[in-house]
Amino acid sequence: MTQLVVAPAPSPVTPRLTRSLIGKKLLMAVTGVILFLFVVLHLLGNLKVFEGPAPFNAYAEGLRTVGAPFFARGQLLWIARIVLLGSVLLHIWAAVAVTQASWRARPVGYRRLEPVETTFAARTMRWGGVIIFAYVVYHLLDLTFGRANPSFVPGDVYHNLVASFARWPVAAAYMAAMVVLGLHIYHGLWSAFQTLGVNRPPTAGWRRGGAALIALLITAGYVSIPAAVLVGMVR
Amino acid sequence: MKVTLHVWRQAGPADRGRFARYDVADVSPDMSFLEVLDVLNQQLIARREEPIAFDHDCREGICGSCGMVINGRPHGPERATTVCQLHMRTFPDGAELWIEPWRARAFPVIKDLVVDRAAFDRLIQAGGFITARTGSAPEANSIPVPKRDADLAMDAAACIGCGACVAACPNASAMLFVAAKASHLGLLPQGQPERSSRVVNMVAQMDAEGFGACTNHGECMAACPKEISIDFIARLNRDYLKAVIRRPW
Ligand code: HEM
Ligand code: FES
Repeated sequence: MTQLVVAPAPSPVTPRLTRSLIGKKLLMAVTGVILFLFVVLHLLGNLKVFEGPAPFNAYAEGLRTVGAPFFARGQLLWIARIVLLGSVLLHIWAAVAVTQASWRARPVGYRRLEPVETTFAARTMRWGGVIIFAYVVYHLLDLTFGRANPSFVPGDVYHNLVASFARWPVAAAYMAAMVVLGLHIYHGLWSAFQTLGVNRPPTAGWRRGGAALIALLITAGYVSIPAAVLVGMVR
Repeated sequence: MKVTLHVWRQAGPADRGRFARYDVADVSPDMSFLEVLDVLNQQLIARREEPIAFDHDCREGICGSCGMVINGRPHGPERATTVCQLHMRTFPDGAELWIEPWRARAFPVIKDLVVDRAAFDRLIQAGGFITARTGSAPEANSIPVPKRDADLAMDAAACIGCGACVAACPNASAMLFVAAKASHLGLLPQGQPERSSRVVNMVAQMDAEGFGACTNHGECMAACPKEISIDFIARLNRDYLKAVIRRPW
């Protein structure tokens, strides 16, 4: 019964990182960490909205002038955008490839497979990713391009934000999306530790708790902004 | 006690398969689950029906032959227990149990609850051994091994290769098995020269066999009768990352 056949010698066409499933997961982990760092910096910037229109708009302007005099206006911002876009594309490409492999790996399913150890966050990574992607598209149309914004004023980022979140269904959808993002980050961070092999003591003990805490802080921070607009704290 | 079993019956690899219902009376709570199947098979043979095919050998939880999914849990509801060591007292009287084979493309069903796990053998052939002849057991202290490494290697070596990790994984991934096998060699001095190639070859073979990709659910660890930790999966990933940095192609 046992066949003595092992895999043929790997063809040297594609790098291991894109060829093997673990390689794809490594790519997902690295791009995910890049996107996570963006989410953290973006939150820190956005929280300036509580300081009022002038500081918040100055921050948005600062994003364009940072790096001067070595970079021209907006250059560094565009570099960051390209890195982010590349990360998003790689992240999604790897996610699709890995998901397809897993679906193929069990052609006949169980009547029922009882979950024991897994979490809600872990089981919703794929749909969560789809929701976050849809959210980012809408978010860019709303606050970057202004297409989905009720009264977009280029340069007056504070005004655009308030105008958008003054519509409660939009604010509610933002907050819901931030909960989905928090779940994605919770499992994503813990997963990245595993995938990148970061589990030696002393990291090992606090990986899960740390991921949960960070995700909670991020969601709370992002939710506070539309919530503040809704209750009239930011207007 | 009395139990109702819904057992997956599949005449062969080409058959589509279906659940068949069997009521088994006079079950002693001290019987193992496999003994209940033995009793049922005696009754089936007496009725001139085809007995249920299932794998088993040692019946003491060490050989890794047995394995089936009971009510959605590989090896049944008891932690750290193979199905041959699972006693009927775990279940309430009148329990209704759904029995299925391991389900994975890499583990095709041969008959009923028996699956072909040759994919695991090929994974071992791809790198789960040390190529040098080592002869008989050497004098224990001739190669010093730190206590911590020895203990970890022993934990990994507890794997009996039953396949419950694959069966439990929502992605039908073989990561825990490969991680255990690669780690128990990779932790010891004798395993160092081939540490990198072992990991690369076993991972390539894992993909070639059609196992899925780990998404860190941890279900494998929960189902493992030897409670092998997913820390070994992180270790495998780390070794793979190092190997890829050294040889990207
Ligand atoms: C409630 C939470 C959020 C608020 C209030 C918010 C606010 C903003 C604002 C005002 C801008 C425009 C900045 C500018 O044009 O200078 C922006 C851009 C952006 N946001 Fe958010 N954001 C939130 C959450 C998120 C999240 C969670 C993500 C990603 C996962 C995200 C991704 C982006 C991206 C990619 C851009 C475009 C950056 C660029 O074009 O350079 N945002 N956001
Ligand atoms: S029969 Fe050997 S482990 Fe169950």
